[in-house]
Amino acid sequence: MGNGDRGSRAGRAVRTLVNILVKELLQLRRDPKILPILFIAPVIQLTLLGYAATTDIKRVELAVCDLDRTAASRRLADRFTSSAYFRVTANVDSQEQFDPLLQSGRARVALTIPAGFEAERSAGRPGRVQLVADGADAMSGTIGLAYAATVLQDASVAAGTVPLVSLRPTVLYNPDLVSRNYMVPGILGLIIMIMTMMLTAMAVVRESELGTMEQLLVTPLTPGQLIVGKLIPYALVGLVEVFTVLPVVLFWFRVPLRGSLLTLLLLTLPYMLCTLGLGLFISTLAQTQQQAMMLSAFVFILPQMLLSGFAFPIQNMPAFFQALTYLVPLRYYLVILRGVFLKGVGLAVLWPQALALVVMGVAILGLARLRFRRRLG
Amino acid sequence: MNGGSPQPAVVARDLTRTFGPFVAVDRVSFEVRPGEIFGFLGSNGAGKTTTIRMLCGLLAPSSGSASVLGFDVATQAAEIKRRIGYMSQRFSLYNDLTVEENLRFWGGAYGLFGAEMAGRAEWAVVTADLEHSRHALVRSLPGGYRQRLALVAALLHEPPIVFLDEPTGGVDPEARRRFWDLIDELAAAGKTVFVTTHYMDEAERCHRVALMHAGRLLALDSVPDLKSVFPQGTVVEVTCGRPAQAMARLEELPGVVEVALFGERLHVVLGDPAVGASLARSLDAVGCENATVRAISPSLEDVFIHVIARAEGEAA
Repeated sequence: MGNGDRGSRAGRAVRTLVNILVKELLQLRRDPKILPILFIAPVIQLTLLGYAATTDIKRVELAVCDLDRTAASRRLADRFTSSAYFRVTANVDSQEQFDPLLQSGRARVALTIPAGFEAERSAGRPGRVQLVADGADAMSGTIGLAYAATVLQDASVAAGTVPLVSLRPTVLYNPDLVSRNYMVPGILGLIIMIMTMMLTAMAVVRESELGTMEQLLVTPLTPGQLIVGKLIPYALVGLVEVFTVLPVVLFWFRVPLRGSLLTLLLLTLPYMLCTLGLGLFISTLAQTQQQAMMLSAFVFILPQMLLSGFAFPIQNMPAFFQALTYLVPLRYYLVILRGVFLKGVGLAVLWPQALALVVMGVAILGLARLRFRRRLG
Repeated sequence: MNGGSPQPAVVARDLTRTFGPFVAVDRVSFEVRPGEIFGFLGSNGAGKTTTIRMLCGLLAPSSGSASVLGFDVATQAAEIKRRIGYMSQRFSLYNDLTVEENLRFWGGAYGLFGAEMAGRAEWAVVTADLEHSRHALVRSLPGGYRQRLALVAALLHEPPIVFLDEPTGGVDPEARRRFWDLIDELAAAGKTVFVTTHYMDEAERCHRVALMHAGRLLALDSVPDLKSVFPQGTVVEVTCGRPAQAMARLEELPGVVEVALFGERLHVVLGDPAVGASLARSLDAVGCENATVRAISPSLEDVFIHVIARAEGEAA
């Protein structure tokens, strides 16, 4: 077989693929619902989630009961009052008065300075205080106690007591521990998944519903060509999504992008290999577009949200669920997103995640293609 | 292809397809001659679509074999797909693309590009009478035009044989007639047309008709030969006031083979033309007065009912 022959064969393959792509893109353009779905819904999603998905606790509500009423006790109470961590919502005269405050949530932490506080200090013994925290709102309660410990340590230092160790913690990459900085890039991963997976699944199912799939299958087009022809347009949709949502991430939420945009895009491709493959896989399970949507939302998107480390830290999960997270593409993409956005790292550090995504993507696509074929057979 | 006597366009030998315990197509054998309009007549669920899908390589036969243009459906589906046209039961062009966009896409699927494609697209819009609607969305076309567009789209790559599965479902009689004129033109141009239908008038326009019922092929012949199962004068039409009652009476009469209700009228198949004269008197006796009896030339439907009744009689 001559070179020219091979060339024309490759040319035919390219023209065949372009033919399918043109058709898919024309159909996307004609769909009146597609513009709002592509450009408006993700921005709204990102904005809402970006504000809601924050775990920062600022200014914990504090109730103070100073039973000592001395200069020393007042100085200590002032340290809490003036700290940026607390908002003093009540000063009470007896500990009994804490109950209604804690019950109603007007206070999350209650500080008691017992009588004799200054006397103990003068006698050279450490002063004793009591802290009570609201465990029903565990997040505010724990954080409130941690803040209080910081305030008390500072007070000790100021009083000239030499502590055993002096802790000077430094937080890298996100020094103020702003949860938005790591949540918002995660939402980007979520949006890419929702868009590419759901739209792919629905587009394939729509062809079956309309009967055009059967017509496609009597043509000489191979299942492989049909699949690639479906996946490329929706991969483009995914990239369009990145560029739609990125300005909101960078300029509205002011999440820093310390790595390169090119790295981000490059490492998004293996992730989309997985999400597109899952979309194709869903299309082989669903009979109707509605089923495809439901399956995507509940069987694929929700578990990924819960098991990827997006919502809950993986380290805190039971061993079985930790093992499950290795099967979740978003898990790896989250590491990539946080790495590129906040740490400014690239492929040199993130290649294991990229590799995992490529392997998973190829496996998912292979499985989906197998099912795709069998269902038609 | 190999000269000499023309090779059959389609050969089916004991072709069978089961879905679990259900036998959709049951040991069907037939040959389709090149250039003929071959009709597959049967009610819904008779196995017509399953047969056509096996022939087009969309469905694997459970047993038996079939070949299209000399290629085996089980092992050479790719060769077959390149050489056939297929129009499925459901309208299957893209409603959200224009006429021209659809033609270019489907032509491209068969490897037609550039000048060749442009030429075929031109042929298609002229043939389907859509010169003025090239850039109209297919969604906006009337049903009859869409059906013709689907047909020409299946013919872009000039296949020698085309499979049409109930192509005229849901279009008006005038559009159906024009569609069949197009089929006649195709056959005149030497194409083989394999068409399924449940319309008797459409079956009458086929060169040969296969009657399918419950997955089995009950008869296969030209329309005049199918009708010749009834000797001259043995099919009569009975018109009377109470057809249901008359039907019950007629079925009891000696010399009456079958009675079928056609709207208000009865078609009666007689064992002997001589019995016809006595029918009116027999009906008078049960209160169906003023019955008229006249010999008619049998319709394909008479044949169909007769063949099914005979097959079910044999099975019982």
